Amino acid sequence: MMELEIELKKASDTLKAWDTTSISLTAGCDLFMRYVTRTSALEFEDFNSAKSRVLGRAEKFGEISNKARKIIAMLIQDFIFDGCTILVHGFSRVVFEILKTAAQNKKLFRVLCTEGSPDKTGVLLAKELAKLDVPVKLLIDSAVAYCMEEVDMVFVGADGVVESGGVINMMGTYQIAIAAHSMNKPVYVAAESYKFARLYPLDQKDLEPALRPIDFGVPVPPKVEVERSARDYTPPQFLTLLFTDLGVLTPSVVSDELIQLYS
Amino acid sequence: MESRRNPRAVVDPKVRQVGFFTSDSTHHPPDPIASDSHPVPTVSPSRNSLSPVMIPPPRHNSSDAFPLRAAAAASAVSPSSFSYSTRRDFPDGSTTAASPGRVSRGSFSRSSLASSSLPGVGMDSMAAAKSSSVPASGLTTVSVVNMPHGLSEKASGVSDQKKSSKPLKEKTTKAERRALQEAQRAAKAAAKAEGGGKAPAPLVSSGSVASTSVKAAKPAKPSSQKNDVAVAATAAAGPSEKKGGTSEKDRKKDAPHPRMQYDDESRVVKAKRRAVVKQTEAKNRVELFRHLPQYEHGTQLPDLETKFFQLDPMHPAVYKVGLQYLSGDISGGNARCIAMLQAFQEVVKDYSTPPEKTLNRDMTAKISSYVSFLIECRPLSVSMGNAIRFVKNRIAKLPITLSESEAKAALQSDIERFISEKIIAADKAIVKHAVSKIRDGDVLLTYGSPAAVEMVLLQAHELRKKFRVLVVDSRPKLEGQLLLRRLIKRGINCTYTHINAVSYIMHEVTKVFLGASSVLSNGTVYSRVGTACVAMVASAFRVPVLVCCEAYKFHERVQLDSICSNELGDPNAISKVNGRGDINYLDGLTNNANLQFLNLMYDATPSDYISMIITDYGMIPPTSVPVIVREYQKEHLLV
Repeated sequence: MMELEIELKKASDTLKAWDTTSISLTAGCDLFMRYVTRTSALEFEDFNSAKSRVLGRAEKFGEISNKARKIIAMLIQDFIFDGCTILVHGFSRVVFEILKTAAQNKKLFRVLCTEGSPDKTGVLLAKELAKLDVPVKLLIDSAVAYCMEEVDMVFVGADGVVESGGVINMMGTYQIAIAAHSMNKPVYVAAESYKFARLYPLDQKDLEPALRPIDFGVPVPPKVEVERSARDYTPPQFLTLLFTDLGVLTPSVVSDELIQLYS
Repeated sequence: MESRRNPRAVVDPKVRQVGFFTSDSTHHPPDPIASDSHPVPTVSPSRNSLSPVMIPPPRHNSSDAFPLRAAAAASAVSPSSFSYSTRRDFPDGSTTAASPGRVSRGSFSRSSLASSSLPGVGMDSMAAAKSSSVPASGLTTVSVVNMPHGLSEKASGVSDQKKSSKPLKEKTTKAERRALQEAQRAAKAAAKAEGGGKAPAPLVSSGSVASTSVKAAKPAKPSSQKNDVAVAATAAAGPSEKKGGTSEKDRKKDAPHPRMQYDDESRVVKAKRRAVVKQTEAKNRVELFRHLPQYEHGTQLPDLETKFFQLDPMHPAVYKVGLQYLSGDISGGNARCIAMLQAFQEVVKDYSTPPEKTLNRDMTAKISSYVSFLIECRPLSVSMGNAIRFVKNRIAKLPITLSESEAKAALQSDIERFISEKIIAADKAIVKHAVSKIRDGDVLLTYGSPAAVEMVLLQAHELRKKFRVLVVDSRPKLEGQLLLRRLIKRGINCTYTHINAVSYIMHEVTKVFLGASSVLSNGTVYSRVGTACVAMVASAFRVPVLVCCEAYKFHERVQLDSICSNELGDPNAISKVNGRGDINYLDGLTNNANLQFLNLMYDATPSDYISMIITDYGMIPPTSVPVIVREYQKEHLLV
């Protein structure tokens, strides 16, 4: 049994090493390890039954993660009322699932999509939503504050949810959260529970750097630096609620969950 | 204790006997105690009825033991009552003892008259005792003292002391009857709690107990008492106190009490009577802080030092620690807690169960009495309170089947484990987490001299991180200088300033590291005065504030401001500026009616200004403190 755990740990480490910047990957691996090894499988004398039990739990973990999106989508439906305007940022599959479910439930709402440069992920999302017959409007990232007054709520996904209750997400989330907060618009984060990570950034620079190439369309003059970080950290005071498969949580509950999970 | 049951001597309430009497001529003659102490009662076991003092200790039959004990009790009880008798008996060498009788004094409360004694209540330690009230919650020790100090019994579970005081004048006022009832109820509760070991005789039976001041039955603050052992101290002493009345005149009413509100006159008076350390209340006090104790400084230490050899019931290790607190030699939550626990280890080592007493209850009573002494020296810090709760919990959980030496060994190892796990190992865990937050090029600010933060900085320096430190300091303690010295010795680049410049230098700071005396359930950090100021300025400059605090210092209470619970220091420390004669304008003005000095020791920083709390459980936001408290308590219970 111990051997198996060691093997699992090695595999997990290898996976994590493949992309050190991915928080959800790291968090997912850690949680998987805890979930699987915390079972009473260790009580089983017989190795085979223990192994099958571990496998069973592992599959269950996979299922939970897949189902998580559906659970989250279901939880958030009550928050989408007819005639509301939703601002989304970045292409999060969870958020897309939410909007798809809402459209299927025949709710009337419209979506404002930020462009999400330089990846242009927002454009992709807009395309998908248009296919569902949801009224979509595209904005450039700088137009967020301009449009904020007509927005009713903001939906974002998360790369990782940190211990303070804040989220790490695509670059741009922080400024949207600040704008929304200053105009008293709720910011809802949709994240599966395996994204809860034991990180605690104090400021923007406290994260593992995740850089990506940025194409400005024109060649960058020499001696000019480019800020290439792909994500930012949004502190918990700007977030209203977290929608997870564990339920609808406030940011301060994240730490409670993590403490219980890891203690 | 059943064996302690003595026939109650009925004493004519109108007759007040000052000084101790015994029909036994061999006992020391009653010496009028000059100071406010109570007359030293001599104990004459055999003649309860005759002597006002009483309560022969169960185990010792010899009357020698008695006087000794009494003396011990007496001496233990209040410094002022130094009775010569004590001195005389002292050479006896009975010391230490484990005699529970002695211990009971712990509370140094005056116990009342033996005659009224609370028989059956726990251990009756001192028969004579004048004032020792035995803290016995379950134990119910009853110390009967000559002096008719009312013993109030604390309803709060653990350290209840029942003291019966036999007022000279038998009053059956409503208050007394109520006190009687309370005492009985508490006795019953205690007995039930203890498993009915001793018959909880509602001591008050004699009715004498009813102190006029009903305060006696101060079931008050049971919850707050939980931590504080101080129950002993708190139990309000019985009202009618013989000499207390007269001799107390010049003594200000003040009584050390862990969470007692000092603006209540009668309670203060009572508690004062039981005090071991003679404290005179400061005369010139700030009105807003009247609920906190404040004593004249400078008088206690020499007083206590002279009494060292007379405080028989007090274990020398505990006495030493108490003196160190009083003089300020040991300060800081961890240091105080460790010193106290090590003293308790000594106590356990030297302990021997008196006959007819159970180790659990007797030991708990002893610990309670020591704790009240420590409180008199200096109010408990939260870390100490939690540690005491742990120790009492462990004592209570000792299986009955263990032999004495096994129990003692188990207890000692428990204490050792607490120190090593909750303090030493916790500090290492904190350092590990905190160091990960320090980056090259950081400018770290710290305030005062927090032990945990010092360890973090030193470790970060070991790891060759490039940073510099800004030490902010403040009068009157100037603790930052000690930290500064130690950091510089290791070669860390430091800057030093006083707190009035904190907003001036904050713009160059990247992180603030603070220590804490305690973190409360609502995320409020209770720490050295000045911490709140530094945290607020840092927050205004958007500088992250990291508080390093071990989990054993967390507390489930909630505090909204710095006023309701605090500690007042020596006002003279503010008025006098050492080494600067030219600006010593306020020197000598402490007694001016128009000027009050306020020397607060702690303040409460609201959770909004704290970015993160670093504990041995990891880095948590201030909102998660109740979760840690919950987890921590669970651990305690399971362990």
